[in-house]
Amino acid sequence: MTIIETTADVPAPRGDRQHEGPLLEVRDLHVEFHTRDGVTKAVNGVNYSVSAGETLAVLGESGSGKSVTAQAVMGILDMPPGRIPKGEILFRGQDMLRMSAEERRALRGRKIAMIFQDALSSLNPVLSVGYQLGEMFRVHEGLSKKEAKAKAIELMDKVKIPAAAARVGDYPHQFSGGMRQRIMIAMALALEPDLIIADEPTTALDVTVQAQVMDLLAELQAEYNMGLILITHDLGVVADVADRIAVMYAGRIVETAPVHELYQRPAHPYTRGLLDSIPRLDQKGEELYAIKGLPPNLTRIPTGCAFNPRCPKAGDVCRTDVPALHQVTEQDGTELPGRGSACHFWKETIHG
Amino acid sequence: MPEKTAATAVSAETEAGATAPDDAPAAVTAKPEKARSLWSDAWGDLRRNPLFLISAGLILVLLAISAFPGLFTSASPRDADLANHYLQHPNWGHFFAPDWFGYDGQGRSIYARVIYGARASIMVGVGVTALVTIIGTIIGMAAGYFGGLTDSLLSRVTDIFMGIPFLLGALVVLTGFENRSIWVVILALVFLGWTVIARVARGAVINIKQADYVVAAKALGASTSRILLRHVLPNALAPIIVVATIALGGYIAAEATLSFLGVGLAEPTVSWGVDVSSGREQLRNAPHVLIIPSVMVSITVLAFLMFGDAVRNALDPKLR
Amino acid sequence: MAELSKNDEALVDSPDRTGVQPPAAEAKPAGTAGAPVDRGEPILRVRNLVKHFPMTQGILFKKKIGAVKAVDGVSFDLHQGETLGIVGESGCGKSTVAKLLMSLETATSGEVFYKGQDITRLSGRALKAVRRNIQMVFQDPYTSLNPRMTVGDIIGEPFDIHPEVAPKGDRSRRVQELLDVVGLNPEYINRYPHQFSGGQRQRIGIARGLALNPEIIVCDEPVSALDVSVQAQVINLMGKLQDEFDLSYVFIAHDLSIVRHISDRVGVMYLGRMAEIGTDTQIYDHPTHPYTQALLSAVPVPDPESREVRERIILSGDVPSPANPPSGCSFRTRCWKAEDKCATEVPLLAVPERFAGRDTPAAHESACHFAEEKDVVHAA
Repeated sequence: MTIIETTADVPAPRGDRQHEGPLLEVRDLHVEFHTRDGVTKAVNGVNYSVSAGETLAVLGESGSGKSVTAQAVMGILDMPPGRIPKGEILFRGQDMLRMSAEERRALRGRKIAMIFQDALSSLNPVLSVGYQLGEMFRVHEGLSKKEAKAKAIELMDKVKIPAAAARVGDYPHQFSGGMRQRIMIAMALALEPDLIIADEPTTALDVTVQAQVMDLLAELQAEYNMGLILITHDLGVVADVADRIAVMYAGRIVETAPVHELYQRPAHPYTRGLLDSIPRLDQKGEELYAIKGLPPNLTRIPTGCAFNPRCPKAGDVCRTDVPALHQVTEQDGTELPGRGSACHFWKETIHG
Repeated sequence: MPEKTAATAVSAETEAGATAPDDAPAAVTAKPEKARSLWSDAWGDLRRNPLFLISAGLILVLLAISAFPGLFTSASPRDADLANHYLQHPNWGHFFAPDWFGYDGQGRSIYARVIYGARASIMVGVGVTALVTIIGTIIGMAAGYFGGLTDSLLSRVTDIFMGIPFLLGALVVLTGFENRSIWVVILALVFLGWTVIARVARGAVINIKQADYVVAAKALGASTSRILLRHVLPNALAPIIVVATIALGGYIAAEATLSFLGVGLAEPTVSWGVDVSSGREQLRNAPHVLIIPSVMVSITVLAFLMFGDAVRNALDPKLR
Repeated sequence: MAELSKNDEALVDSPDRTGVQPPAAEAKPAGTAGAPVDRGEPILRVRNLVKHFPMTQGILFKKKIGAVKAVDGVSFDLHQGETLGIVGESGCGKSTVAKLLMSLETATSGEVFYKGQDITRLSGRALKAVRRNIQMVFQDPYTSLNPRMTVGDIIGEPFDIHPEVAPKGDRSRRVQELLDVVGLNPEYINRYPHQFSGGQRQRIGIARGLALNPEIIVCDEPVSALDVSVQAQVINLMGKLQDEFDLSYVFIAHDLSIVRHISDRVGVMYLGRMAEIGTDTQIYDHPTHPYTQALLSAVPVPDPESREVRERIILSGDVPSPANPPSGCSFRTRCWKAEDKCATEVPLLAVPERFAGRDTPAAHESACHFAEEKDVVHAA
């Protein structure tokens, strides 16, 4: 049985570009928090990688560790109570965890940028949007006030904010939710980073606006040939934009797959359960499939496979052995590129 | 009302899987535990906070002293022996003896006066805090919950009282009284001090009344008094308690200040403020007469401030 | 006027006739195709419900400078044992409708008839009696339970307020029964809300809503704060409870898939008005209002195969402010079909003329001048 150490090659990402290895590679990352109730093990050995022009979706429910991983990559974890006991975060081959604070700050914003869920609280309410956008250029590139403002208008045009020149002096609360999220995207784009991490970028938005924002993000990503890590709990949003998906549960990646295959043939019972438990728009079902039980308490993660108390397939081995991320193969043994499943019974799940 | 037994909650943990298959026992916070109210969580936090333990210990001692001063000294604070003890300096080795802290300008034991003086300070502190909390909470809750005209009216009254400088106001009020007993001082401080609590209570109540659990109670048809007492007050209490405990130290300091200025308590009442006031006359040749009661005031105020701080941290973990 | 079914014809003397005057004349009792067969008098009839929040300026002398038209003439019926889904984007007024149904806000005008009695003008004892029969489940399980009360006290509170429902000695048993009904361990009775996860808390909220044996439960986004895997559990529970207690739900949500799953009929709201209302098949498979079509097409579907083939209508811009809604049809500013007529004439909620009398699922009430059937959900 092959075990995938780091996620395998990318199947046909968008756009053509020179291949130069992954942009970002997370290796065996562990994050824990020390709290009153004990040690919360938020991330327990995560591996993933993103290349330029590729969209990796990290899918998980609350407490799965998807956002904590991203915060660790950005270097914005609160430490303490957070701690990274183990792991590497390689950006273009350099371990960011070993860099000085100064070096990391230089990467942040310039090379890696982040978009948050709540645009209103991420923007400074007392500064105009144009000023905040222009700040990036004044601080990082030493442009004059006038040049910075021109750049800000250019960016607002880029993210399709109507009448950008007229609205550059407006304050965040004067924009609607969708427009604020566009401003967040503009800020992330300002210095043309190589990688964007978007943490639930459309969760707070209405469906009709959600679609606009996701389209914009995909379009800009293709234009700048950026890597994009999309963190979400929404299987629908992921299906629309991702190239590859990593499903997280209790701080580990339980399945990785190219987007089409994950939906067609999930190789982990958790993924299958998630897919079955969402109601369909195009048909009225009877009772919904529901994954029984609740997500685990991260201070007391079950032994063996963390999903075993909720899993319909769980056997004795699941209660004792932590499953590694196995390479998923066809029935005849041909490897399915980019597919992995951390389940002892992945064969039965995908082929059974 | 359901019977409350801690034991059921504990056994719930073990049986959870069997009775409610949808809710694995792992779901609930930690270890086999009892019902944990937010108050008991806060208490759990406090018990492990050294700042709390030190300040609570100090406060307990102070309370014991003010309740039973006779247990701590055999001397009387009013026995004057000018002939033998005029401004006698402290005898640091004589623990708990009448001459431990020396004697004042009238030949009275400073140790005895410090012990007996605690009662005035503690009474003023606790009394003012209790009254201020009751009055401020009622006014603040009414303003916050009913809003509209009630709020406009009560808030303007609060603003007016807030506009009066605390010490200057107390000075003016107290000058109007001939016989200033401890109650007069307490009432004067309450008269000017309730606004702080009223403001805090109003803010807390405005937040709470929008919470869904209050809306849910309304949807059930709960009466206003029920909503205020069962839902609003218990949730507004935490910030009020925090502000009140921190303010307590301030009231003690205020009493001492007023007494020092000669408008607070006066002889023959035994009080630290009174002693500080009389100590300033002999500051050069007998500084201990002034310093010892001053230090007592400082220690007491500090103890209550630390106590309030610890309580704040426990009740509002977000501040950490 | 929503769902003016045959039932109304029989109720000539019912008090609501007068209140329904102009729009009712428009709505033809065309027995909307596929509409549920005669189920007797609806348990809840909402007529022309309006809620305007005044906007004022000045501190001492409050001057009215306008109004936020949160709900601007909404009508619908709810039958015994039925689920009516109400969908719409934020700011469409769906939550205000919930508050009005619960008498938590006072309606500016319009009526809500519960079993023939207008409850919008009730107060005191009469209102309290009605509240027993209409209960609510809230969106946020973290703020809807008082953190300082035990679960037993929270679920038992309805009995304290309405002591006639359960004799004092019986309450503890009733509370434990309720916990059992919603799938929680009855021994959790002495725990506090923060000792439970989101899904468990929502079950506690549901148990509280059930305590008084209500006939109607208004659910305001009851699962949108929950994780996907827990959402399904709660949705299933709500379905089960409906069968068990013959409950009627008004299910308000922004998630169209969930609404379809649970609802018998669905109303789509936009800027305080109903854009379209009909059975779930009529709305989802045969939508005729462009807004419904856009909304449905924008829903991300968890199936990457369909993303290439599905037609997507991406609306431009955002929802206009309800303080200053566009003239005529409020959707015209984002509508690709808008013509001059839309700016001047408010389209009424009625079965579109072209479908009227025809036996097609498209023949349901839709407030559009240019209503046209278009299937956007199923891949072309």
